[in-house]
Amino acid sequence: MTKYGIVADLRRCVGCQTCTAACRHANATPPGVQWRKVLDIETGEYPDVQRTFLPVGCMHCDDPPCMHVCPSTATRKRDDGIVVILYELCIGCAYCAVACPYQARFKIQERTLAYVEGATKNEDTRFDPAMLGVAQKCTFCVDRIDDGLAKGLKPGVDPEATPACVNSCIAGALHFGNVDDKDSNVSRYLAKTEWSRMHEELETGPNIYYVWDEKR
Amino acid sequence: MSVRFDNPDRAEPWAQRHWDLRAAGNFIGGGTGTGFLALAAIVVLAGSKTVLPFIVIGLGFVALGLFCVWLEIGRMFRAANVLFHPQTSWMTREALVAAPLFGVGLFAIWFDDRMALVATAAVGLAFLYCQARILQASKGIPAWRHPLVVPLIIATGLAEGAGLMGVIGWFVVDDRFYMQFLPPLFAVLLVARFLVWRTYIRRLGREGAPLGTLAVLRHYQPMIFGFGHLAPFVLFLMGYVISGRSALLSVMLGAAMALVGGWLIKVVLITQAAYNQGFQLPKIPVRGIGMPRPGAKPGWSEP
Repeated sequence: MTKYGIVADLRRCVGCQTCTAACRHANATPPGVQWRKVLDIETGEYPDVQRTFLPVGCMHCDDPPCMHVCPSTATRKRDDGIVVILYELCIGCAYCAVACPYQARFKIQERTLAYVEGATKNEDTRFDPAMLGVAQKCTFCVDRIDDGLAKGLKPGVDPEATPACVNSCIAGALHFGNVDDKDSNVSRYLAKTEWSRMHEELETGPNIYYVWDEKR
Repeated sequence: MSVRFDNPDRAEPWAQRHWDLRAAGNFIGGGTGTGFLALAAIVVLAGSKTVLPFIVIGLGFVALGLFCVWLEIGRMFRAANVLFHPQTSWMTREALVAAPLFGVGLFAIWFDDRMALVATAAVGLAFLYCQARILQASKGIPAWRHPLVVPLIIATGLAEGAGLMGVIGWFVVDDRFYMQFLPPLFAVLLVARFLVWRTYIRRLGREGAPLGTLAVLRHYQPMIFGFGHLAPFVLFLMGYVISGRSALLSVMLGAAMALVGGWLIKVVLITQAAYNQGFQLPKIPVRGIGMPRPGAKPGWSEP
């Protein structure tokens, strides 16, 4: 079986937001919509403080609440675990957005631009009216994965078949691959480290794994 | 350990903005309409022959609520797609139940059939249950996914319906004799709603919830208690003590306050107290030497 997931090594993430920028570039998301972002979290009390960067986005859950509540069946889970939205079916009720415990979903009703002077050439070229009034979220760059697989490439190993955020990570904090394959890059990474998943108590089975230590 | 969050993309829960007053309107219209039909069924079973006004008013509220939610969706002309997922989606189930609700209601009107009104009320209760489950299935909003939301929405809907009946039922029923037992029923429904509401807030606080949710609920609690419960209850009691036109006015005023109190609960629950889950830092990672530290769940009350 295949189940794609991301390993985010919190020890390595420097909060540079390159993944955020790469995602926005790859997916042409408008202002205010961030499928991938990195939270900047400071904990402790002076002088004993720590700063941690936490990449977040759609967790492509094993049991996605967004899919269960969706009244139109627009939200679906592929055999490889990726949760996708069929924009042509979505009615934009935003039920999925309130069902997602990871705040991963967005809906914009009108086109928004980065600059008040008008649309940039890139914004004009890549604007997709089908994305207005419907839910949207991270797709794990599913088009890159599918194209890569068609070319015989391996997602998570070959950059052409790997999500843009993972490719762009300057610190090697993000890794992508098949977590169901015990010999995959991500499975080997998880085997030698301590990790957790967010909001485990909600039993959604999220597929972003946060590494916080070596296995001792 | 104190936690400070510098990024404007906050890690602590924030109030959701996906569902606004239009969504609240659906829960208000659905609750009030189906609650009213339930009370109308009791009046009819008591002997009243009134059918048409009860159905028109009850279904009118439900239709108004559905219209509100239609205004909320991003792709209005795809609204029929809402019917595609009855296997797991309570929104689909609500839409599917709406069809027989209006169908049986129209049958009752067409044939002036009292038993069909009772059947409409029964389907209306199923509709109300679907609405309650819609909220509970919203896993991203801790205030909604709490199991007590289901009895809360049902109790509120019934009390709203009783409030509406107490305001206008006297004018549309064929004989006010059939309404005589309603004021004590109003009082019971009011007490039930208050008890569920109070238990819901207490359990949210005890079991852990976003601080924003608790702050909002506690802010509105005195208003909801005083305006929506205590005052109507006192007015119902006064309706028993005094007599004549004043008694009726007292009950009507209490019913109106109970009705608006129910609407207030829903507006607060949907648009104000609906803080999302926020983010959680599982562990503070080890960088270089040292040991991992406990993580953080910012903006949450301790369970």
